[in-house]
Amino acid sequence: MQLPPFQALVDAHWREVSRLAHALAGPTDGDDVAQRAWEKAFTAYPKLTSAKNLRGWLLTITARCATDVHRARKPQTPLTDDAGLAVAGPDPADWPDPELWDAVSRLPERQRTAIALKYVGDLDHREVAEVLGTTPAASRRLVSDALAVLRKEIDHD
Amino acid sequence: MTELENRLTRGPAIGRPPVLPDADVSYALHDTPVGTLLLATAGGRVVASSFGDEDTMTNRLARTISPRVLRQPKAVDEVRRQLDDYLTGRRRRFELDVDLALATSFQREVLTGLASSVPFGRTTTYGALAGEIHRPKAARAIGHALGANPLCIVLPCHRVVGANGSLTGYAGGIDAKRYLLDLERAG
Repeated sequence: MQLPPFQALVDAHWREVSRLAHALAGPTDGDDVAQRAWEKAFTAYPKLTSAKNLRGWLLTITARCATDVHRARKPQTPLTDDAGLAVAGPDPADWPDPELWDAVSRLPERQRTAIALKYVGDLDHREVAEVLGTTPAASRRLVSDALAVLRKEIDHD
Repeated sequence: MTELENRLTRGPAIGRPPVLPDADVSYALHDTPVGTLLLATAGGRVVASSFGDEDTMTNRLARTISPRVLRQPKAVDEVRRQLDDYLTGRRRRFELDVDLALATSFQREVLTGLASSVPFGRTTTYGALAGEIHRPKAARAIGHALGANPLCIVLPCHRVVGANGSLTGYAGGIDAKRYLLDLERAG
């Protein structure tokens, strides 16, 4: 088994990780979640026993970091170290489709995680279920419930 | 897929790229008059100064040293500075800690000490080098060992030429070898 150079993972996947992190944590915390996910992945990387599905591995770490940040959320705590990372976050108004992502941010956490992993992360229900510690059938239900909520919210406007 | 699912698939905006800790192996690509070199350090030692392409070299580094290989140009600043000084005639020898982790034990035997046995401005031959390590019949093997030099220029395999003075081969191409030897002759 040979692990590719970590730089190859960064080059190939940082955009997907960033997009998923922002879908899960919103414009304010998205960069922080992505940064944490990459640090975790970097630490764990040499001990990986399989080079298969590194993309899924990274997206799973990202989802877990988003859950951690969400639970530990204390607005006054500085979220990143002093590496000069956390400057001003992007203005939510500059986001594409702000209405949709605002609605996503109001979903219950498990629904939001399921829907972000399924559509933004392009993972299948088996992988989504693994992240959520549930069954593929339950993942399917979370996604369809979330879609129903979103459809209602967006149609209202 | 419904319109809503399409919108979800498109995802929100992309934020900043990550900033990662110091890698086990840091590298950068460096353009020089003799071609693009991939420079890499690990634990403060230079492990590569190579004409090889980025994909091949970073995979070799990942396999041989550690998979935590990152493009971190700052870590190779000193190598880059000394190479630039050498290539502009301001330096005759390198003062760098090197690590031949990418070399086989035979390659190590051939490459170690090359800089002191064949100093700036001089050349030697494959046959003479074979005699020096007491393997008089190893000229061809030595040619291969030098061809696989992971520390080009820093360990001066370009100073080794054919018995009749011909430039034979070089990882960076014959023109690069000629450039380096002309530079040293002038310096």
